[in-house]
Amino acid sequence: MTPLIALFVFHWYPLILAICVFGVSLGIAAYSTYFERKIAAFLQDRLGPNRAGPYGIFQPLADGLKMFMKEEIIPNVSNKFLFILGPSIGMFTSLITGAVIPWGPNIRYHGESLPLQVADVNIGVLYLLGVVSIGVYGVMIGGWASNNKYSLIGALRASSQMISYEVAMGISVVTLIMITGSLSTSQIAAEQHGFMNEHWLTWNFFKNPLTFFIFFICALAETNRTPFDLPECETELVGGYHTEYSSMKLGFYLFAEYVNMFISSAVMSLFFFGGYNFPWMDKIHDPNMLALAGTCVMFAKTLFFIFVFMWIRWTIPRFRYDQLMNLGWKILIPLSVINLVATGFLLWGTGKL
Amino acid sequence: MQALTNRSKMVSNKQMTFLERLYLVSIFKGMLITISHFLKKKATISYPEKHRPISSVYRGQHVLKRDENGAERCTACGLCAVACPAEAITMVAAERKKGEENLYREEKYAAVYEINMLRCIYCGLCEEACPKEAIFLTDRIVPTEFERGDLVYGKDILVEPMEKSKRIDVSKRQTPDVLEFKTHSEYAHNQLWDPKKSLQTKKQSH
Repeated sequence: MTPLIALFVFHWYPLILAICVFGVSLGIAAYSTYFERKIAAFLQDRLGPNRAGPYGIFQPLADGLKMFMKEEIIPNVSNKFLFILGPSIGMFTSLITGAVIPWGPNIRYHGESLPLQVADVNIGVLYLLGVVSIGVYGVMIGGWASNNKYSLIGALRASSQMISYEVAMGISVVTLIMITGSLSTSQIAAEQHGFMNEHWLTWNFFKNPLTFFIFFICALAETNRTPFDLPECETELVGGYHTEYSSMKLGFYLFAEYVNMFISSAVMSLFFFGGYNFPWMDKIHDPNMLALAGTCVMFAKTLFFIFVFMWIRWTIPRFRYDQLMNLGWKILIPLSVINLVATGFLLWGTGKL
Repeated sequence: MQALTNRSKMVSNKQMTFLERLYLVSIFKGMLITISHFLKKKATISYPEKHRPISSVYRGQHVLKRDENGAERCTACGLCAVACPAEAITMVAAERKKGEENLYREEKYAAVYEINMLRCIYCGLCEEACPKEAIFLTDRIVPTEFERGDLVYGKDILVEPMEKSKRIDVSKRQTPDVLEFKTHSEYAHNQLWDPKKSLQTKKQSH
């Protein structure tokens, strides 16, 4: 006889997990803003925010409070519905991508095995790609509804950039799917079990590093991070697509970027660096301990990629627009197609197809 | 042309090799440079807690001195206000009443004496102009405020406390060089320097 509380947990498990993922995404995104500033400062021999609380750890709260307190302006000439819809879509799409990511191995609770994944759909990769492409609409609608030249140019740049890089990203993901043979994210994670099998290292990065590099560059472009932050380059476009935005609607756009960064880091560690898998994980026999360790490893990998994102941002200057398009269309797409074909031949040659 | 330093690089139209055109090596090098700064000593000085070293003749917040009996030295002659190039000083003079001899040194005193710290350029001409050795610039740094009005300092802030122990030491800035400089009125910034005239004044004084 399972206790009542266990039955309650079983019944509401997806919701509880969803709320946890939601909270963790927001929390990590909030603290990404803090660490962005801290890391930027450290890389430039400065101290960074250190006034709000010890080492400035309450800085995100202060920033958030400031965002809320600002006057909310909706321009007269804008389309009000779309103006509000833009940041909402941006925030919504970046938050729902976390649903298909397996954050750790299954936990065991009162005899039931519960996955640490909100929705274990068998087309998780497609879902991710689909949601990411909807994210373009948030930027596009927001920039267009502002009824402002700079916003429109910023939005056009943003959407053309994101769409261009989605192609190369999609092809590299197809390559990945060919290697793993599954569209399910939990399956992809499970296939990279441990670190080594008897033949080769199990993580997908070691099977095909080129795919990872293409995916990584595309992820930088998709999240509008430097060196691909053309949609919001202040020096050229005032503020890009969010010129007309103020208060928390602006906050949503800026915040969505950080949530996106977190999710794409999680996706990268899941797709290429084994997700929650780590070497010698078979030595841990208690499933709950394994789940705890696995989740920690997953988050460590994710945070590492967030750090790399920031590291790149404070190292590399922004691309010129034609360079951006050249890189996307003339280099990354042919390269990913070649990679796809080569991987196909390799799989066919080794008889794994 | 001979290079002044060996750091300049000759510009060339040389075609980049394939490896260079990939930029991956350069990007990697750049990232190594930035990460090498991650744990380096920071250049920031956390200001209110730590101060950077200042010169011995640093000109900061003013003080209105009292004499050894505790009476205000300022006699509201207005020379400082005239000398001030930024017009930061204003004052209202008043006559000393009977029984106020311990408060004011001379028969005339400044009822209101205000310095706008936002206008002040800390040139020290007021100090030079003062015939009563009443106003001095000190090595104290003027703090920031949230309101402009709070930076118009009145007598409550400028005049030094009556207690001997709390008097502001102005001797720090009065180095022998500074004292020597002050004896030469011809060096004063607000006067045109005339060598003949300065020689005459020197002769007269000797």
